[in-house]
Amino acid sequence: MYSIEAKDVNFYYGDFLALKNISMQIEKNSVTAFIGPSGCGKSTFLRLFNRMNDLIPNIKLEGKIMVKGEDVYSKNVFVDQLRKEVGMVFQKANPFPKTIFENVAYGLRVNGEKNKKKIEQVVEQSLKGAALWEEVKDKLNRSAFALSGGQQQRLCIARALAIEPSIILMDEPASALDPISTLKIEELIFELKKKYTIVIVTHNMQQAARVSDKTAFFYLGELIEYDNTDKIFTNPQKEATQNYVTGRFG
Amino acid sequence: MFIKRKYFFEYLWEGLLKISGGLTSVAILLIVIFLFSEGIGIFNNSAVEEGYSIIVGKDNDVENLSGEKIKDIFDQKIVSWKTLGTTIENHDSIMLLRLDDIASYVSENKIASDFSNLPQIIEQIMKDNPSVIGFLPSEYINKDSDYRILDLGKIKPKDFFFGKQWFPTAQPSPLFGVLPIVLGTLLVSLIAILIALPFGLAVAIYSAELASEKVAKLIRPVIELLAGIPSVVYGFFGLIVIVPLIQKLFNLDVGETALAGSIILAIMALPTIITIAQDAIMSTPRSMKEASLALGANKWQTIKKVIIPYSISGITAGVVLGIGRAIGETMAVLMVTGNAAVIPTTLLEPVRTIPATIAAELGEAPKGGAHYEALFALGCILFIFTLVINLIVEYISSKNKNKA
Ligand SMILES: Nc1ncnc2c1ncn2[C@@H]1O[C@H](COP(=O)(O)OP(=O)(O)OP(=O)(O)O)[C@@H](O)[C@H]1O
Ligand SMILES: [Mg+2]
Repeated sequence: MYSIEAKDVNFYYGDFLALKNISMQIEKNSVTAFIGPSGCGKSTFLRLFNRMNDLIPNIKLEGKIMVKGEDVYSKNVFVDQLRKEVGMVFQKANPFPKTIFENVAYGLRVNGEKNKKKIEQVVEQSLKGAALWEEVKDKLNRSAFALSGGQQQRLCIARALAIEPSIILMDEPASALDPISTLKIEELIFELKKKYTIVIVTHNMQQAARVSDKTAFFYLGELIEYDNTDKIFTNPQKEATQNYVTGRFG
Repeated sequence: MFIKRKYFFEYLWEGLLKISGGLTSVAILLIVIFLFSEGIGIFNNSAVEEGYSIIVGKDNDVENLSGEKIKDIFDQKIVSWKTLGTTIENHDSIMLLRLDDIASYVSENKIASDFSNLPQIIEQIMKDNPSVIGFLPSEYINKDSDYRILDLGKIKPKDFFFGKQWFPTAQPSPLFGVLPIVLGTLLVSLIAILIALPFGLAVAIYSAELASEKVAKLIRPVIELLAGIPSVVYGFFGLIVIVPLIQKLFNLDVGETALAGSIILAIMALPTIITIAQDAIMSTPRSMKEASLALGANKWQTIKKVIIPYSISGITAGVVLGIGRAIGETMAVLMVTGNAAVIPTTLLEPVRTIPATIAAELGEAPKGGAHYEALFALGCILFIFTLVINLIVEYISSKNKNKA
């Protein structure tokens, strides 16, 4: 069974066809990179997996999105349950105006977890999982805004880990970070791969090449090519892909 | 040439803007100065009605009679000198002497038709009756005669701000205790806000977060309409609908109560609260909402744990501004609160507010008199209330800006 499977997906913003007939399978415990020029539909596609697009009015989806074999757009799906299974990290770090501890505990609290011991334990575990624990363990009660941008992004990753998803979606998680913070996030992705299925959108070709097992190249709402990462970067089948990964356009 | 003309118009515009800005500021400043100079004048008035004196027998050593005591004496609520801490041999019960009373002391034919012998008659009466207290026009009072003129001094700030009785036309000593009016204003406004807050917040949240675009588009003009209704119409509605309803519901003699005023004010404050709270709620960054939803929180949890905490200062500003509107509202409140200047103890009693008092009484208060100035002083108090409210809003929104 695939972690995520898209079947003949067409997606509209009003009349605008943003995704054209996309099918794709994503394996468990793998890292998949979405690349492509700005506006080609990477975020739109990614946000279908946890139904984040639901917030936008006048959208229409054709085709099927399956997560762990279940059609997530069928009527009897609980969206909040789906989102606990499919965590998300956004382009810009978006911690809540709360303490570091409360940011990580948020997902547990809205889940109805009351046991203080258990919450503390999960918070520590998640911060360790996001490689942030050593830096913040003495200031858990400080505002999350007191952290650096890179730390804030890792806090958001920790926050996503705390709800114990099996899939993590990352939309340009390192695009606003300095090279060292970026490297840390990449190392982290490498670690996380052991336990999670990861889909990452990136504009950074080297990053895609470094962290991902498979890469999907999108162009104007279409999935042009989807294959093993080394193949995409060394021997792509389509000319458009070739041009894009070598930096000749985009 | 071309460049020069541009400069000229720029100067002209700048000059016009400066002048109009300056004029507006000066006008506002003048209004405030006028308000306060008239208002402060109240403390220059003597505690006894203009042109009258209060006199007692020469052996009567009563001192420090407050306005309220004088009123009680002449209303015959205080009838013995002992209660006032004075003993007068064999003559303890207080006798009153006003112009109309003179005939009961001396036979009418002794009084000259032009009252020219009144000073002598008064002197005689005072001599014969040591327990008399007189309240007479100063023109009939002899400075160096055999009785004592009581000096009540000026109206004291303490009696004004903390006096419990508002009887601006009482004789001989008008009472300007504003405490019941100030408390009435605060009570009506506060309860109005307590009523308006849950409804306002609910509508704001609903239309900002939950309603479909169509419904939200419908709500907005309705709220604007609500804001545009003149206040008499609200008052009329209150008088016809709310007042009888309260009367029936609580089985009261009169339905004109603080509660009726609060309900009307709540309805009037709603548009302010709703629009400002709605803006605050909608200013919650989308990234915050998305973060919450992406963690599996549902709509309600997101509203409670992210949106409201994030927009709370904006919501507070809306509420405080709502109070600001409520506290200065005149017409509607005047129509439904019953306007009794007593310190309110329950919501089901009539009360009177500052704006209602000014509106109702300014017409009948002689210009420049104590009553007139007392109303201006009330205006000053109201001005200070709204100023404080505006400062609070300013403070909250400046804090808001720092956060964003
Ligand atoms: N809420 C929306 N309403 C209407 N059109 C939208 C909306 N969001 C995105 N689009 C359009 O859909 C297309 C795909 O957008 P999307 O954000 O998925 O691109 P992207 O590949 O993520 O780009 P980027 O690399 O710049 O993030 C774009 O043409 C965009 O204009
Ligand atoms: Mg994007």
